Formats: sequence, C-alpha cells, structure tokens
Amino acid sequence: MIQLENIHKSYQMGKNKLHVLKGIDLHIKQGELVSIMGSSGSGKSTLLNILGILDSYDEGKYFLDKTLIAGLSEKKAAFYRNKMLGFVFQSFNLIPFKNAMENVALPLYYQKVPRKKRNKIALEYLEKMGLKPWAEHLPNELSGGQKQRLAIARALISQPKVILADEPTGSLDSKTSMEVMELMRQINREGITMIIVTHEQDIAEQTDRIIHLKDGRIEIDANSQETKQKVFETLVEEKAEA
Amino acid sequence: MIIDRDKWQEIFSTINKNKLRTFLTGFSVAWGIFMLIILLGSGRGLQNGVQHQFADDATNSLWVYQGQTTKPYQGTNAGRKIQFTNADYTRTKRLNRHIDHISGRYYLGNKTISYKRNYGSYNIRAVNPGNKYIENTDITNGRFLNRLDMEHFSKVMVIGDIVRKDLFKNGENPLGKYVKVGDIPFKVIGVFKDAGGNGEMRKVYIPVSTAQRVFNGGNRLNQIMFTVGDATLKQTKQIEKELRAEFAKVHHFDPADRRAIRISNNLDQYKKVMNLFLGIRVFIWIIGIGTIIAGIVGVSNIMMIVVKERTKEIGIRKALGATPRSIVGLILLESVVITSLAGYLGLMAGVGLLELVNKYMPPSDFFRDPEANLSIALTAMVLLVVSGAIAGFIPAKKAASIKPIDALRDE
Repeated sequence: MIQLENIHKSYQMGKNKLHVLKGIDLHIKQGELVSIMGSSGSGKSTLLNILGILDSYDEGKYFLDKTLIAGLSEKKAAFYRNKMLGFVFQSFNLIPFKNAMENVALPLYYQKVPRKKRNKIALEYLEKMGLKPWAEHLPNELSGGQKQRLAIARALISQPKVILADEPTGSLDSKTSMEVMELMRQINREGITMIIVTHEQDIAEQTDRIIHLKDGRIEIDANSQETKQKVFETLVEEKAEA
Repeated sequence: MIIDRDKWQEIFSTINKNKLRTFLTGFSVAWGIFMLIILLGSGRGLQNGVQHQFADDATNSLWVYQGQTTKPYQGTNAGRKIQFTNADYTRTKRLNRHIDHISGRYYLGNKTISYKRNYGSYNIRAVNPGNKYIENTDITNGRFLNRLDMEHFSKVMVIGDIVRKDLFKNGENPLGKYVKVGDIPFKVIGVFKDAGGNGEMRKVYIPVSTAQRVFNGGNRLNQIMFTVGDATLKQTKQIEKELRAEFAKVHHFDPADRRAIRISNNLDQYKKVMNLFLGIRVFIWIIGIGTIIAGIVGVSNIMMIVVKERTKEIGIRKALGATPRSIVGLILLESVVITSLAGYLGLMAGVGLLELVNKYMPPSDFFRDPEANLSIALTAMVLLVVSGAIAGFIPAKKAASIKPIDALRDE
C-alpha cells in the first residue's frame, strides 16, 4: 500500500539546512497496523506529513497504492488526500462553528456530494461511533473522547485506504485513550491500513509493527514481541541521554 | 457555486464573530459609495439646472444680429450700420441644406395692447412661422402663425400665457377675440407657454409681413435666426463661415470684420457647457473612486486578518481535500459579500438623501432634479462587486498558499 524508497527531506532554517529524513526505506502492506515511534526531532512528524501528502520530499520515491506521489499540483494533492487518506490529529482539528454532523460530512463536501446525501452518510458514521445523539452539537460541547471519535468518523467517511494518526490519544486520559485505540484497531480489522505516530508505549504495544526512528533513519523495524521490547528499551535510553 | 449553503454559513459565522470589525470596514465602503452617489447626483442637479436654461431656445439654433462695421472696406467707411432686409432672409434660407426652420424678426419694441378695459405694455415680436421651433414655443391653445398669415398680411396674434391672464379675466377664451395694438385690431389665434420663464410669456407674436406693412417697416428686418437640424458643431461653424462670407459680399463689408454682423451659435455654447459638465463628471468619478479605494484597502486589511485567524481552519480543510480554488472562492466571496452589502447600504442612503433634496428643495436656475439614475446605481453595484473581489484577492492568494502542515502546527 505504501512504498517509500530512500526518502530525504531537509528544511531550510535561516542559513542552516536541517536534514530531517536521511534516507527512509519502508514498505507497509494493506491492512497493517503500524506505529511510528521516536524521540522528538527524530523526524516522525515529518515522515507522517510526507505520507499524508501534506508536505513534499526532496529525494527518493513515494508510492501510495502504486501511484507515484511526486511533484503534484495543489489540486491533485487535494484530490489524493481526499480520496485515499484520512487524518486523525492530537488536537482533533474540528471546525468550531460546524456541528458534529457537518464536521463529519466535510470531506464529502469536497467530493461535491449533495448536502442531504452527505449529511445522511455522516449520521450513519456518527451512529457507528455512538455519537448520533450529539449530531447537532458543536465540538466544544463534546468531551475529549467524543471529539476524537468525531475526528475518526470524519477520517472514515471518505472510505480512505490509509488512516494517518498523529498522537491520536495525546490529549486524552488513559481510559479514553484505550477506548479510542480499541476503536482504531476495530477499523483496522475492517481492512484499512493504519499508521499511528505515538510516543506512548501502551499505544504502540497494541499495534502489529513498530517503526523506530532515530535521527532521520529507521533504527528498528519491529514486528515481534522481542524487537518491540527492544524499541521501548532504546527509547528509554534515548530519553535518559537527553 | 454561489448558492452553496455551506459557504454562506461559513461567511456569516465569521462575520457574526466579528460584528464590530465587519461594521467598521463596511462603513468605509458604504461611505465611499454614499459620497460617490451624492457627488454624482449633485453634479446631475447642477447640470439639469443649467440645461434648463437652455430649454428656452432650440439648442441647435444660430442667431444673426445686424451690427456696425469697424473696418473701412472697398471705399466705405468704418462705423456704417448694416441693415437686414427680406432679401437676407431668403438668402439665408437657401444658404445651406442643414438650415430647416428659419425666421426673420422686425423689432417693434413695446406697445400697448388692450382688450375691452384691460390693457398693458407688451413686447411684440414680428416673426416668421419658423420662429416656433427656434424659440421652443409651446402652443397650449389655438395655433401658431402660418404661411397663409404671412402671405395675406393677416392681422393675427399669438399671445403669451401671462398676456392672456392680464387681458382675458375670469378665464375668458381669447381665441377669435380682437385685441388692439394702438388702434389696430388683431385677432388672437393662439396662446403659448415657454420654458424660458415668465419674461418669455409676456410677449406676443405677429406675422413679420403684417408688421412691416402696418408699422411702416418696409422690407427691413433686425435679426435672422434659424435651426440647423442635426448638424454637428463643425458643420455649424462652416455655416457661420458661409453666412459671414455671403453677407459680407452683399452688404459690402470686410469678411474679417467680426462686428458688422454678430452670429450667436447656441449649439456652440451648449456644447461648451456640456463639455464642462463632462469634465465635472470625470472629476467626481475620480474623487468617488479615490474614496472607494480607501474602502477597498480597509476591506483587504480585514480579510488579511480573517485569513490569519483562520489559518488553522484552512489547514484542516486542505488536509480533508479542499482545493486551493475552493479556499480562494471562499475568501473572495466573503469579501464581495461584505463590500456589496455595505455598499448597497451606502447606495440606498445616498439615493435617499438625493430624493429628500429633490422633494423639499425648490428648483433654481443652477440646481434642479438631482438624481442618481439607474445606470449610476448599476455602475456603482458593479464597482462594488469588483472592488470586493479586488479587496479579497491578495488575502485569498495568501490563504491558498497556506501549507496544511504549518496550519496544523499553528496551535
């Protein structure tokens, strides 16, 4: 589903060039549940942005569902984001003056689905998330867990191939975090590839595969219990060093 | 695209959030349009006032007056008086194909006119039937002089409405009645009004042929005037030139002697005044547009702030698949909505004020019927939408160039 070949990315910071990604090779198959870990500055957010076509890369190749993502116009990029990808953010990123139903329906608005139809579909997704009674509520009338479920519903409504989540449980308490995580696993079981950036061990543990980034390179690509454990140990070491 | 409930919902929610700010911005645009309408309306009022003064006589008329030579010519001395005759009338009539209505005039001055016991002193104009078109005489009752009156030296008279009121009390019908000029009876055949005002309606008209015979005028005329149909200003200048040359030849004066005969070209004066008003209008537009530009800068500024405030929201939309075009459309539409609504209010206020002035201020010679007509209103509306689009353009570009990642980081 996702194929990265020798991806490089650097940012111009004033006069200095900051080399963030130094050659990433990564292959993620359809239906995988992957987490990306790493200390801050390891390049995990940058990698997620490139995967989400929110940012460009300097070198290498990125195939999303066999399509080469390179040199896209804003319009094309918007099209792929809309059709192939769903986003879940730490800060939910809901639109404050739209009610729950309208927020969920927004991706369909950009697919030019008529208002009545997209609101109907949005209600179906809200029902799946157990949020139907809150359909007419504004985001600030919902709890953190509800907001994130709303964001997940919004990510799902365009039936994407991949869901990218950036610290999805970062603003939630541990009980709600677990509920949200359970929901995401459930969605993954329905066949949607899911990539979660996190620094929380108990979240990463629930994923099938952990990519450990360090200094813009993949340090460990763990898919067994032992290798996963090794990732956690290295991260603790890294933290201690810092 | 325009009838999209979501777009409107978004626009009104942002406007609602910043009511005072939107009002203040809108006010500058409204003020600009208000000023433009007031200026244009007043300009129109001024023009109407002056144009009204031209309504007395046909704007396409030329008036030829006899004068005195100022240069010796072919053995004649300077200071010789030029006297027009009936031959000059005929000559002028044949001069140029543009000349349509023509009249000579023999000066009789003021004479006492009486009917029964009523009498008054009135200026008598002895003219040809063509005079009706040259003086814009409006016959309200009966008829004007005609060719038969001329040929038969009929003692008939067309009287001004004020003369009628003076002589014919209690609304008596003047038609067919005889009034006396001195001892000579004239039959009233018509009554007229004239846009030139009360002075003009204190006159009476009689056939010039009759006047020459009855009042010992021989074949003399004192002035000749004519209209030139739809001749251009250039053509009337040519007519003036031909006329001067022709009269110089017949009356033996130097064609370069400007005082021998005097020609007053109404079209020339009319065009000059109209050009003046064109200039005034251009000036008004420049001021008005300057004011509106100030408004545009204000709106543009506000939209910049709106875009800045909504950076994150725009980022979210982009992540969800909004194209740059849809973002640009959103900002542009909002800008157009603010300027149009505000401008419309300014337009209404301006038109309202003009209507009030129109209703309660008596028309004068220099100012009457100020109006902002439909075409001005439409132009103003187009101007508003265009200025809204201009005001929104740079902010919209800025919004479209927002990168979703930067926006989403913007906590």
